[in-house]
Amino acid sequence: MEFLDRYESLVDDHEAFVAACSEPLPTVVRVNTIRASVERTLLALDDAGIGYERRGWNDRVLELDVEKPGRTWPYYHGWLHGQEEVSSLPAAVLDPGERERVWDACAAPGGKATQLSALMEDTGTVVANDQNLGRLSALRHNAERLGVTNLAVTCADARNYSLSPFPFEAFDRTLVDAPCSCEGTIRKNRDVAEEWSLGHVESVAGIQKGVLRRAVQATREGGTVVYSTCTFAPEENEAVLDHVLSAESCAVVPFETELAHDPGVREWRGAEYDPSVEHARRFYPHRNDTGGFFCAKLEVGP
Amino acid sequence: MSDDRDGGGRDGDRENVGERFGRLPATADERAVPGRATREEVLAYFEERFGIPRGSFDGHTFWEKGAGKLWAYAGEADSGIEVEALGITLLRTRQEHWKPTTSAALRFGGAATENVIDLGESEADAFVRGHDQRIEWDGDWGYLIAAHQLAGEREPLGVGLYLHGELRSVVPKGRQWD
Ligand SMILES: C[S@@+](CC[C@H](N)C(=O)[O-])C[C@H]1O[C@@H](n2cnc3c(N)ncnc32)[C@H](O)[C@@H]1O
Repeated sequence: MEFLDRYESLVDDHEAFVAACSEPLPTVVRVNTIRASVERTLLALDDAGIGYERRGWNDRVLELDVEKPGRTWPYYHGWLHGQEEVSSLPAAVLDPGERERVWDACAAPGGKATQLSALMEDTGTVVANDQNLGRLSALRHNAERLGVTNLAVTCADARNYSLSPFPFEAFDRTLVDAPCSCEGTIRKNRDVAEEWSLGHVESVAGIQKGVLRRAVQATREGGTVVYSTCTFAPEENEAVLDHVLSAESCAVVPFETELAHDPGVREWRGAEYDPSVEHARRFYPHRNDTGGFFCAKLEVGP
Repeated sequence: MSDDRDGGGRDGDRENVGERFGRLPATADERAVPGRATREEVLAYFEERFGIPRGSFDGHTFWEKGAGKLWAYAGEADSGIEVEALGITLLRTRQEHWKPTTSAALRFGGAATENVIDLGESEADAFVRGHDQRIEWDGDWGYLIAAHQLAGEREPLGVGLYLHGELRSVVPKGRQWD
């Protein structure tokens, strides 16, 4: 886990940060309100003798006292979906409304896309795209199980995405939950440490810039784009925002969240970023007992 | 691609092209693709077989991709659209006995009043493991919606095929418990 030492200057309690990164994650699920209300889901959990703890910042997020929620009735019925707590944040920040047109540019396996659908009461259109067909089959499986009917699924490179299949010219909102070096998933996947390299960070940053630029272009003026990663590297976070701010018409705007967070960083290893990247939020594992995460909200300009 | 679609010579409407989604015609009068089910027939099927009110599908359009595989979709699209998926799979047609999907049973089957077989806890458990079981049932044979009690209400588990005193589970492998 030496790669974490890279971030010593960013995190105020480096020891607690590293310690949290070596702890397993709690079992957290999201209630799929397309299939059942939170109330009815809690009743089903009570009946099954499964203990839960609710999360104050999001009434649909629950921590369960079982390791494998997949073998419970509420899960079978599509009332629950396993989704790490902090990864429920970006869809909530995007905050789509009923009947809107929403693009999830990197959607597989679909945790956030199906959450967007639920926030829209399964109305409107969520275009769930991913470049990887194998991962899309996992997304399809989840959509069927969760009974999500407003998803249109496409398989394309988001960097030059074409809306030509659809009878509209732009999206109201877009989520870019980008491919990344996944440093923040170290709590569930130890391999991250062995696979980490600066070369990978730099090459994936190139993809992230391309996808986020296309997302801004494909979203209508006044629309919203949310950019998220599960990684700490500023090269993949603030640097990507900085690049897109200078290349496209958009602004990074603040957003509220009850989860404890740090602001985006304005400089890193000699590079200086646009001051507005401070409105982005960094989520470190020791703050909320979650995975590591980064989330920014952008407003699309003329 | 978009020329085909916007032109009027819309492929998805003329023949049943495998990778395109063709929207179901409202009624037989509007049918352009031979053998394609109509929206009216689908609504009538769910109403007659399961007592599911037609209004349950008000927010959804119906689509065919491949021969006989129907989908239910709530979003925007034009007929002939080429995508990987639209909404969820609903019903298998173009065969003697139409077969609703497990997803359809779970998503829309809560409103069913007929041909619903209520299972006890151990039967429900066996059903989602994909086991066939001998069960008494004096209703129609054929595809039934299997249900059990969850949080104080009847909740559909999926589709079963009832024949000769036996309920066969058709829960797809990927959704079964093992
Ligand atoms: C962090 S994962 C997305 C997780 C997903 N949002 C969820 O909540 O389940 C990133 C995804 O981006 C996809 N991807 C990578 N490069 C891409 C590209 N150029 N265009 C579209 N998708 C891409 C990967 O296949 C991967 O599934």
